[in-house]
Amino acid sequence: MLNEMAANISFFGIFLTGVMYTLAIAIQKRFKSPLLNPLLVACIIIIALLLITDIDYNIFLYGKLKADGSYDGTGAVMFQNLLTPTTVCLAIPLYEKLRYLKKYPAAILGGILAGTVACLTSVLLLSMLFGLDHTQYVTLLPKSITTAIGMGVSEELGGMPAVTVASIVLTGIIGNVISGGVLKLFHISHPVAQGVAIGTSSHAIGTARAREFGEVQEAMSGLSIAVCGLMTVVLASFYAMIHF
Amino acid sequence: MSLKHLSQIAWIAAVSFGGELLNYLLPLPIPGSIYGLVLMLILLMTGIVKLDRVKSVGDWLVSIMPVMFVGPVVGLISSYDSYKDIIIPVFVITVLTTVITMAATGLTAQGIIRLQEGKEDETNAE
Repeated sequence: MLNEMAANISFFGIFLTGVMYTLAIAIQKRFKSPLLNPLLVACIIIIALLLITDIDYNIFLYGKLKADGSYDGTGAVMFQNLLTPTTVCLAIPLYEKLRYLKKYPAAILGGILAGTVACLTSVLLLSMLFGLDHTQYVTLLPKSITTAIGMGVSEELGGMPAVTVASIVLTGIIGNVISGGVLKLFHISHPVAQGVAIGTSSHAIGTARAREFGEVQEAMSGLSIAVCGLMTVVLASFYAMIHF
Repeated sequence: MSLKHLSQIAWIAAVSFGGELLNYLLPLPIPGSIYGLVLMLILLMTGIVKLDRVKSVGDWLVSIMPVMFVGPVVGLISSYDSYKDIIIPVFVITVLTTVITMAATGLTAQGIIRLQEGKEDETNAE
């Protein structure tokens, strides 16, 4: 019954997404835990609501069901449609941080390249170990980069974008939580190296933690997000050619 | 919001379209959004597009980016069968590769810095 109602009313998905994401941000502000990532919390609440009310995912995503069987587009897809222009705009923070690259170009680019290759290679080896198929393997290749780029890479390589996004969010949360311990364990103490390590391994969610280490770490981490994303786009297409 | 923002939207949409056009024309597995990102970076660096021509709308879009992933992530409920057998491997691979990537990146960057500082005697970290 609720499904039939939602199917006949516009703006259900936009409304639900907007409200739940705002609520999730309020929850994080209140408790300040990286585990309460707003995207994660909002999605869990919405998934639970859709399962309980038995409302069709397509109505949530695409909007009101019209008489001709198409949807009116007033669902969560409206936000999703902003993804390409937003990825384009990632050039803006990258452009503003380019000056940091001039100080230690070899260390920054070398570090990011090493991290990107290490990430892709370890995904390859572990995928072989777990006996994943090619679709599952390419789904995980872009797991350490920013969601916008990673989702596009997964699509282009024939992966499962939704699973890629889940893995990326998990990566960010893990990076955010363990970065202090990992940097200490491996004696990574130079602020530039710390920032590059966090940004390359755990994108924007990790960068939120890098901010607490210091200004240099935050800027380096932010710069690394875009650079590592671009390197991954190129290198992942070669790794995707490997069949096992 | 003002007319200024409308022209910013127009610039961003134009570059997005340019990126998608390149994705359509070139036979590479590179998303249109990435061509657009590089295109925007080139336009900014060459000064063809001034930063304040795109900055306020651009920063706003970047700040609300996570909400754009709600749709695809919630989609995990409708594709459960396609990944239910790999939940544990995905989790383990995600955790391990995050640690490996962080260590490899940090150690390499720090190693290169130490190498250069050794050569040039004293260079300050900050």
